[in-house]
Amino acid sequence: MGKRVGMEVAIASAEAAALCRFDVAAVYPITPQSHVAEHLSDIVNDGRVDASFMTVESEHSAMSAAIGASATGSRVVTATSSQGLLYMSEVLPIASAMRLPIVMIIANRAVSGPINIWNDHSDIMLQRDTGWISFFAENGQEVVDMTIQAFKVGEDRRVMLPVNVNMDGFQLTHVVEPIIMPDQEEVDRFLPAYLPYATLHPDRPVSMGTLGMPDIYTESQKSKDEAIVHSIGVIREVWKEWEAQFGRKYEPIGSYRTEDADVALVTMGSMGETAEIAVDELRKQGVKAGLLKIKLWRPFPFDDLKKAVQGIRVLAVTDRAVSFGGPGGPVF
Amino acid sequence: MTEKKWPETWQEMNPGCMVFRPGSASEYHTGSWRAKRPVWDNAKCIKCGVCYIYCPEGCIAEKADGYFDANLDYCKGCGICAHECWSAAIKMVNEEG
Repeated sequence: MGKRVGMEVAIASAEAAALCRFDVAAVYPITPQSHVAEHLSDIVNDGRVDASFMTVESEHSAMSAAIGASATGSRVVTATSSQGLLYMSEVLPIASAMRLPIVMIIANRAVSGPINIWNDHSDIMLQRDTGWISFFAENGQEVVDMTIQAFKVGEDRRVMLPVNVNMDGFQLTHVVEPIIMPDQEEVDRFLPAYLPYATLHPDRPVSMGTLGMPDIYTESQKSKDEAIVHSIGVIREVWKEWEAQFGRKYEPIGSYRTEDADVALVTMGSMGETAEIAVDELRKQGVKAGLLKIKLWRPFPFDDLKKAVQGIRVLAVTDRAVSFGGPGGPVF
Repeated sequence: MTEKKWPETWQEMNPGCMVFRPGSASEYHTGSWRAKRPVWDNAKCIKCGVCYIYCPEGCIAEKADGYFDANLDYCKGCGICAHECWSAAIKMVNEEG
């Protein structure tokens, strides 16, 4: 049985990756992700996981190393934030195009300028269309659970895509929360050993990251889009399995007091728990308020949202990133 | 039914566009890009092999008689061989049509 512990969420995310027995961690530290990088390094150094920790010289190299390691059939974890995520940008669509199930823990942070190390979602929104599956965690427990789920979803042969787990910088990363940490035996039961579709091995030659001329390039994008669109079925399956084994329910759109709601807030990330309190306050004042929490950002759960908003007259959508000159924020 | 050299639609593609047939890149004849072809004047050629060494495509090979020639299936006509040739034995000649 898992143990209830008090743990800083950044540390807990690294512990969750350790429970998944990663083979390679290629990480470059950046505030507010640094504790994840440091703790992954500690875990490898202390011999708690039979893994390599690659001290890369940049985030671009971190993701490049993660891609190379994953192509050999390793289970790979990395983590970053803000400018670091932007520096990875060039390589992110390659990871998804090569269908490599890398898991990336992102400590969401504002993008410069002005220089700002605190939390918003502008880093991940700039990488929204790179073909990665995106989970948004509301609290430390979800960070731990989603990190473990991410490996299972990404590695599924019907998916084979990289997954990022988004946790709000500082609001989550630097806060000590009560977390039920699953034990090793439980995680081993949930997450089987990684059996890659193909690996770089001389006994079975394979070309990965090939050239695609114009006559096949568009088809390749369609193929990738089909993969991520259909991954939602596997995500639901994995979340059902998680609920059956660990008793914690996950849905693409979480609902709070929406049964008879007239107005509802839409949030993503740690704001959800604060918004619950606001909904409770409004209910006390007689406002029929509710809350919808987006947990799965890509693939976007259109059907779940349509179902969740039924009967609600007004939606107040919160965005934590600006689409400059666009029609509103990315969530809106 | 003849086997396709490569996939034509997204349904036919391997995940990640992976290719499991080694050496399949050799079926892609980059020589079709060429505007000029290298022509050797063997009277000037000293058989040094500089053209063979410098060819970025690796498509220049030594023949049985010790002189050199380019495989025009892959030669892109870059002209590096002609530029490097010590005895100016290689001329780049326009491809016709």
